[in-house]
Amino acid sequence: MSSIEFRDLSVKFGRRTVVHGFTDTVRSGEWLGLIGPNGAGKSSILRAIVGVIASSGEVVVDGASMSLRSRSRRASLVAYVPQDPLLPSDMTGFEYTLLGRAPYVGYFGSESRHDRAMVGDVLDRLELSGFADRKLGQLSGGERQRLVIARALATEAPILLLDEPTSALDIGHQQQALELVARLRNDHGLTVISAMHDLTLAGLYSDRLTLLHEGTVVSSGVPEQVLRAETLAEFYGVRVTVHREPDGTIVVIPRRDALT
Amino acid sequence: MNVEQHGDRRFRVGWLPASMIAVVLAVLLGAMIGPAGPVWWRVPLALIDHLPVVSIDSGVSDREWAIIWNIRMPRVVLAGLVGAMLSVGGASYQGVFRNPLVDPYLLGAAAGAGLGATLMIAIWPGVGADWPVDPVPAVAFVFALGAVAITYLVGASFGGMRTTSTLVLAGVAMVSLLTAMQTFVLQRNSDVVREVYSWILGRVSTARWDDVRLVLPYVTVSSVVLFFHRRQLDLLRVGDDEAFTLGVPVTRVRLIVVIFATLGTAAVVAVSGLIGFVGLVVPHMVRLIAGASYRRVVPLTIALGAVFLILADIPGRMLTAPAELPIGVVTAFVGAPFFIVLLRTREISR
Repeated sequence: MSSIEFRDLSVKFGRRTVVHGFTDTVRSGEWLGLIGPNGAGKSSILRAIVGVIASSGEVVVDGASMSLRSRSRRASLVAYVPQDPLLPSDMTGFEYTLLGRAPYVGYFGSESRHDRAMVGDVLDRLELSGFADRKLGQLSGGERQRLVIARALATEAPILLLDEPTSALDIGHQQQALELVARLRNDHGLTVISAMHDLTLAGLYSDRLTLLHEGTVVSSGVPEQVLRAETLAEFYGVRVTVHREPDGTIVVIPRRDALT
Repeated sequence: MNVEQHGDRRFRVGWLPASMIAVVLAVLLGAMIGPAGPVWWRVPLALIDHLPVVSIDSGVSDREWAIIWNIRMPRVVLAGLVGAMLSVGGASYQGVFRNPLVDPYLLGAAAGAGLGATLMIAIWPGVGADWPVDPVPAVAFVFALGAVAITYLVGASFGGMRTTSTLVLAGVAMVSLLTAMQTFVLQRNSDVVREVYSWILGRVSTARWDDVRLVLPYVTVSSVVLFFHRRQLDLLRVGDDEAFTLGVPVTRVRLIVVIFATLGTAAVVAVSGLIGFVGLVVPHMVRLIAGASYRRVVPLTIALGAVFLILADIPGRMLTAPAELPIGVVTAFVGAPFFIVLLRTREISR
């Protein structure tokens, strides 16, 4: 259980600022969905949290700045699932998931019996035991995505960052992967920040959405506040119908004018 | 669930002892075969006889023992050290650059050593003939390290430490530059071409215990350091960014691995010349046999690299006796077809 706070987080690539003073607090156990058109700065925020790209401002986790924490402590607090993970085709599912234990292993050390048991347990819980000895190259996209999530889970980090976790998956596997994250979040009280393109899915799974445009927050709140046709029209430049299901689900439907 | 069924249990009980036995057998074979000397089956007896405390009648004369101990053994041990170093250096380079086509000469170690040796042989021929230490390997060693250091500094300053492709390209440029310089020097001093060529093609055949003593510390230290980075090499396989988020000091790991792989490579190249193919092919053979995890690849390349080069040295002394076939020719000539066969059987069994 961990909260994460952003204080004036800014990211620059050369002279171009891609994130302008992002300030927000994600409560422990909350799911924040970052949405916005390509280049809005969603991925940059996630990458800045884990320190893969340089940033100014502060990211505070449980009261202490990430920049003041040790490398392995950071790794054990925040797990990051990149948009396009590199999956060595000749690595087995078990070997891959075991890498998630790295934050707990000394530089020259090797994983303990506990680490191995823990990874076996994670694979069991995610119903991935059958893939433990299979090579990653032999698995389907959905199976690989679940293994990437398994590896993130093996870090036992209370904060999970997902960068377009479902962009490469078909609709069934999108749902499967997101349901998995939702279930794990429930079971373990994970705090989740995801960057997502699919607005309907983003609204369906997130507690709160933050809409970014050119690195600046333009709208933030519960899905029904953010997912409004006029807002999306303004910042995505799309014409959509936002439809509200009886159960409260918000569906964003692209609209097309008749050809004249 | 039984966690032992996964991971490296198979390795722990199987591959390591098997590779150790292979090393011992290769050493024995290397010591038994040669144009002169005792009957082959007396050699193991003689070696056992010379173990401390043990005494058996091997029927090997003192002169024959001198051939075994002073001519064959240094050559076998040197071939083993060189093979182990080039192989583990190649595997490590392939790991930090995430590129299967890379060999330990990538950043200019071999080209640097070649230029250094060429300069010494061409410009100061015969210098140091009466010195206690042969200056040619020393200069080759320094040039090898210098070349890699320049490549690394240039590549890192342009591409940042996070992109390996700039470093690889800087290495390619450096190798071309050094090779051009070497060709120029050779062209101006065509009388030494033969001598330089024989240096380049590998000199395991003339090995003495002095040569072994020269490279042993470098090979040992490098192998130990690389061995302790095998888990980090596995982490780098998922990419720099992800390894970083898992707590790996990516830049530092890459630098340490490159430094020690280069140090060992430079030392063995300086003493034994440029033996190609080993650093590329042995790691891939190991991967085909035992899987791609560096936890297995690193220790097994050390062992099987030694075996490979000891065995590759044997046909060289038999086929064209009493003349010698350069070991670099044999490694490619025997290694390439063997590798293709291995690749093919592996694909079929899949």
